[in-house]
Amino acid sequence: MEKLYDLLLKDIRFEEGLNACMNCGVCTAICPAAEFYNYDPRKIVDTVQTKNDDDIRDLLKSETIWYCGECMSCKTRCPRGNAPGLIIMALRSLSQDLGFFVESEKGRQQLVLKRTVGQWILDHGYCLYLEGVGTALHPEQGPVWDWIQENWEAVFKKMGANYKGDGPGILRKIPEEAMDEIREIFKVTGGMKRYENIEEFSKKKAEELNMILDEGIDNEYFRHIYKTNNGCHTR
Amino acid sequence: MNIEGKKAIWKDYQKEIADDKFYYVRSCVRQNFFPGSETAFLKIMREELKKDVYEHPCHTTCTGIGYHSDIVPVETTMTVVARQFAIMNEAGYENLMPSCITSFGLYTEILDTWHHFPEVEEKVRQQLKKATGREFRIPKNLAHASDVIYKFRKEIAAKAKYKLINKNTGEPLKVVDHIGCHYAKMFPSKGVGGAEYPYVLAGMIEEWGGQIIDYPERRHCCGFGFRQYLVQANRGFSVACSKEKFESMKPFKPDMIITNCPGCPMFLDRWQYVINEMEGKKYGQNEEGIPVFTYEEVAGLVLGYNPWDLGLQMHQTDCEPVLDKMGIEYSPEDKYKTEVNALYSESHNLINV
Repeated sequence: MEKLYDLLLKDIRFEEGLNACMNCGVCTAICPAAEFYNYDPRKIVDTVQTKNDDDIRDLLKSETIWYCGECMSCKTRCPRGNAPGLIIMALRSLSQDLGFFVESEKGRQQLVLKRTVGQWILDHGYCLYLEGVGTALHPEQGPVWDWIQENWEAVFKKMGANYKGDGPGILRKIPEEAMDEIREIFKVTGGMKRYENIEEFSKKKAEELNMILDEGIDNEYFRHIYKTNNGCHTR
Repeated sequence: MNIEGKKAIWKDYQKEIADDKFYYVRSCVRQNFFPGSETAFLKIMREELKKDVYEHPCHTTCTGIGYHSDIVPVETTMTVVARQFAIMNEAGYENLMPSCITSFGLYTEILDTWHHFPEVEEKVRQQLKKATGREFRIPKNLAHASDVIYKFRKEIAAKAKYKLINKNTGEPLKVVDHIGCHYAKMFPSKGVGGAEYPYVLAGMIEEWGGQIIDYPERRHCCGFGFRQYLVQANRGFSVACSKEKFESMKPFKPDMIITNCPGCPMFLDRWQYVINEMEGKKYGQNEEGIPVFTYEEVAGLVLGYNPWDLGLQMHQTDCEPVLDKMGIEYSPEDKYKTEVNALYSESHNLINV
């Protein structure tokens, strides 16, 4: 098998994001995730640049690579022009390609993202398609969101939307020929393969944990990974 | 604070913003949470400023939220973005104007990558051709929709019906600006004012009569963090980031918050509700929350648009304190009515003016 470092090098973001890190720690000082989580982007960059395969494998299976919020505050500040956020993105991609993501609580959450945002992209052409996504899943949205959900079409018509309509406009129905192109792009460029990987490795993990994983989001494994927090992630 | 020094620095970070003939690409987040903002934006551009703004029905998400949730590979995202360029070219437009900061940051990142790695651009060209038969040219100009409002802020001020001034005291409203991480943190030279002194919103506020507040956590992330909000188990991170900002801005007694990114206003609005539910704490004056606005909403209020046509009833934190301070006439009983929007014209959907 190819060295993990060499696999990372195939990701253009890794090449862009890592020059020689001098371990100054400015990225960690500015990082919002490092304030909240047991997280230190400096250590991740330092580990990766050792090229030690065992250490990189541990990272790919770890919780720590999933703490970053990809705000990219680190990129502004690094005196060497590194972008730890881009390195994280390369690590997360490789972790999913190799199936290591299911070995951590935070990594397993990728199935939630694939079955919500990922599915909305393929079905509707939008990253968010929130009709019917209510305060049961998002209690923080508050009473106003209940009112919006209960009056969805009327509210969006009032706001000038072209909801499910033909032609341009807010939340229009994107023509089927355009959706076919998006789905074909996903097939040709590896997007579909990523989705299949997430499903395949999640299914194996659910079996290992003796949990039910059906289609969609109303099943035992999905609810488990959506809500579980072992309480050991934060400072 | 040395204002003159900051003004001198701001002058070094002025970007080129097209003057007309814009190709508009919508925001997944803004469409779902602040649809009235996009409607108001098109009215301002087309009817107030008489600009040519085109929207193609076949454009899609850029995949940005999926990309930053790491479920969409970089090659896929680049090819979807290349398709956006291709259909813009086919429509005869060159000036790309996204409604979303995540999209704007992503377009900027991709163009930078292609500049440094032409072989990556070539591969994307081949993939797009294979998947769709399309070809594309690089946009001539890339400006976020807020950059364009910034460029025409004086024209909007000239048509203003209201100013960002407290009508009772005559004092400027104290405004917190939040520009969103992906606007300039990745590529400072692509944002008005750069990453250190972003001026895109501050310029609007000053032009429309308000006063910008400088506070310690002004540049801190709102806490979206993509997977950090989208998965329930991670939302503590998201609310903690917003709380850090509220605590930092509170001593400066802000009247309102103006935002650039489509997601940030939703978080800064909803997390105030959550913190109040959890801790009984409010950050505004008179035991109120701090109203949070999109820049389109602020422009619309200044131009005298009806607050309920702008969609302010879709906020969880009440906006009325700011309307009252500005002396805006509005009808409280109309707040949750759903009659047709006066800002909206069928022509926005049926004809690209």
